[in-house]
Amino acid sequence: MTEKIKDNQVSRRKVLKASAAGTAFGVAPMFFHRNAHAYTNAPKGGSVTLGFNVPQTGPYANEGADELRAYELAVEHLNGGGDGGLLNTFSSKALKGNGILGKKVEYVTGDTQTKSDAARASAKSMIEKDGAVMITGGSSSGVAIAVQGLCQEAGVIFMAGLTHSNDTTGKDKKANGFRHFFNGYMSGAALAPVLEKMYGGDRVAYHLTADYTWGWTQEESIAAATEAKGWKTVEKVRTPLASTDFSSYIAPVLNSGADVLVLNHYGGNMVNSLTNAVEFGLRDKVVNGKNFEIVVPLYSRLMAQGAGTNVKGIFGSTNWHWSLQDEGSKAFVKSFGTKYGFPPSQAAHTTYVQTLLYADACERAGTFEPCMVAAALEGFDFDGLGNGPTHYRADDHQCFKDVLVVKGKDNPTTDFDLLEVVEVTPREQVEYPADHPMFAGGDLGSCNNGA
Amino acid sequence: MTSASKTNDTALFLFFIFMVIAGPILLAPIGASYPDLLQKFAIFGIFAIGFNILFGLTGYLSFGHAAFLGVGSYAAVWMFKLLSYNVLPALVLSVVVAGLFSVVIGYISLRRSGIYFSILTLAFAQMMFNIAYSVATPITNGETGLQIYNDDPQWLQGADSPLTTNLFGLKMNDVFWRPEYLGFEAQFNVGYYFCAIFLIIAFYVALRINRSPFGMMLRAIKTNQNRLNYTGISTRPYTLAAFVISGMYAGLAGGLWACMDPLAGAERMQWTASGEVVLMTILGGAGTMLGPVLGAGFIKYFEAIFSKINDQVLHSVFSFMPEGADNFIVAIVHPFVGKGWHLTLGLLFMVIVIFLPGGLIGGLTRLGRLFRRGQSDSAGRR
Repeated sequence: MTEKIKDNQVSRRKVLKASAAGTAFGVAPMFFHRNAHAYTNAPKGGSVTLGFNVPQTGPYANEGADELRAYELAVEHLNGGGDGGLLNTFSSKALKGNGILGKKVEYVTGDTQTKSDAARASAKSMIEKDGAVMITGGSSSGVAIAVQGLCQEAGVIFMAGLTHSNDTTGKDKKANGFRHFFNGYMSGAALAPVLEKMYGGDRVAYHLTADYTWGWTQEESIAAATEAKGWKTVEKVRTPLASTDFSSYIAPVLNSGADVLVLNHYGGNMVNSLTNAVEFGLRDKVVNGKNFEIVVPLYSRLMAQGAGTNVKGIFGSTNWHWSLQDEGSKAFVKSFGTKYGFPPSQAAHTTYVQTLLYADACERAGTFEPCMVAAALEGFDFDGLGNGPTHYRADDHQCFKDVLVVKGKDNPTTDFDLLEVVEVTPREQVEYPADHPMFAGGDLGSCNNGA
Repeated sequence: MTSASKTNDTALFLFFIFMVIAGPILLAPIGASYPDLLQKFAIFGIFAIGFNILFGLTGYLSFGHAAFLGVGSYAAVWMFKLLSYNVLPALVLSVVVAGLFSVVIGYISLRRSGIYFSILTLAFAQMMFNIAYSVATPITNGETGLQIYNDDPQWLQGADSPLTTNLFGLKMNDVFWRPEYLGFEAQFNVGYYFCAIFLIIAFYVALRINRSPFGMMLRAIKTNQNRLNYTGISTRPYTLAAFVISGMYAGLAGGLWACMDPLAGAERMQWTASGEVVLMTILGGAGTMLGPVLGAGFIKYFEAIFSKINDQVLHSVFSFMPEGADNFIVAIVHPFVGKGWHLTLGLLFMVIVIFLPGGLIGGLTRLGRLFRRGQSDSAGRR
């Protein structure tokens, strides 16, 4: 009974308060207007807002932090600050360092937590609240695909960051989404010939795979590419993305008869699984009369740093590496290094380039309207951004460029000099038709301008 | 007495309706008036109200309620994939499926009480989370999350009906009115008001349950279950009913979430998500009517707003200060915002639990009592 009375008192007081507040709001001047946008979040005034949605917590937090640094650098360069970075080497000269279309570039950031739900909530608030006209980021293909779908519905452009799953521009491709980064198929195509040359054509592989879209498609790609060279695949084991200890997955590898372990892991996962594998002494084993080998198909310098000396001699592929000597790469390493004191990772590179590509497409299209920007990006050929001549294919919004095969350095000279480029696989070798079976089942749909 | 409490319930209910309907306007000054966050307020409000029926009334602390929210979401997205983008079938199925799951889980878990009950529900939820990630991937699409593709069957999808979630053509993501007042923009969104209708119904049902003989029985279970057993009353049917009702509330919340954003990920079933609703209820005030809704709003607001404050924002906030002081303040505040929002929330939670045992509502009640006492004092003096 007492409880009831308590409740009642609260409510009476609140009703009074609320009605007072209601009156105040009623009296407050209100200016109603319907926004007659041609497209979602058309920039008003002298600035344009971009949304940078990266993992700041979770297994890919390191990559996310580096992506954010690159975004900030890109905004600085677009607004005419710093040394201009890649604006000077970019083959398109539409960008003048005065923002985009004369509007100052501003940005909002969010944490994807490497979870689809959180990433979508964060992207939604950027679109609905902050008026972002473009969303970019992601350091997990699951997240990138989820956010890409959201951007398609909302009618804004999505410039994918680090996402390596075939599905991003395959099964789950969207007309409003674009990817500069390479993918699992390209890794397989570039890596298989090198692995055959180094380890021979009669190996038996065991796959440990992060259990989500990226892991699945990379596993499929690597297995297909190596099997074409004569390798056998003995087992494919899926591991949860949230795992931090892989010992229980490593032990069965020893008894499987495999002589190569393929780690389809990335970020913190790869650091842990590789460390576990080395601790189990896999690399000192001799199986089937051959030295046991470990392969990490998707490599990055940040991961190499995390795994320390364990990466020595291990092969993998990467989208870009700071030791490249072309003009674009040198310019990017220089401005990034000047600002932050260390060289950028491939995640930083691809997100920086994506921001520039978006800005350039807006300049060339003369508008921020998503469909016009998408048309400007489709089939665009460019150079001078660190990967050599690159083509943005219109059929699936995937970039085609050279792929690097890298190896963990045996004698690193600095903390950052951990990988050496073994081979630059030419673009022709990693190209595939848009209707390749590994990319089938998707549909770009038509581009969406939103409201 | 009875008639008086009835009028007061009516007043409470009317007040609640007013707050919900005026939500977009009231929340605009704190930057929360945009569709996604408003929808989250309503959805998690429903989730917390339902949780409170179990925890607040019977005292059974379930640590696995997010599982019902998760199955509700999956059920809803499957309806979108198979039938059409209409939200009604999706909501019906999500409530039914969550109800079925809660009957099974409740039947087993309720054999024990106290900490054992909590652990059992936690175990079930984690089990479902892991199943969604591994063996059930054909149904849940694993870590990528269940989504709708262009080649899904959608048997009932009309040729010209919208390609986004809708109620007979009324699109959930439409913003039908964007008034600006005092420099703040408020966004009136179809999806929010759709959720709001359910929130109001959910609140009303919870209020009726609270005041009913059934609610009295649940409170009796919380107070002394042994005594009830000794007097020959079987409490199991009551606790199971409360468990299933709150499971269906969670399913409704999950279904609504999928209606607002047609994607279902397994992470919304994780134990952290189950813990979140416990926090919401305790933060707002367990056992009270308004508390859980308030707690839900509080936590979601923190998650959405605090996590997005970066150094750029901080610098613009403190730009009025001299150069050195500005940087100093930003350096101090930095760990508490952006990715550190959990830290701030944790500290606030500690403060509230230690100093306001009744939660936010308890605090407001005390404040109200102080205020009234001051008033009557001055009146007496006169």
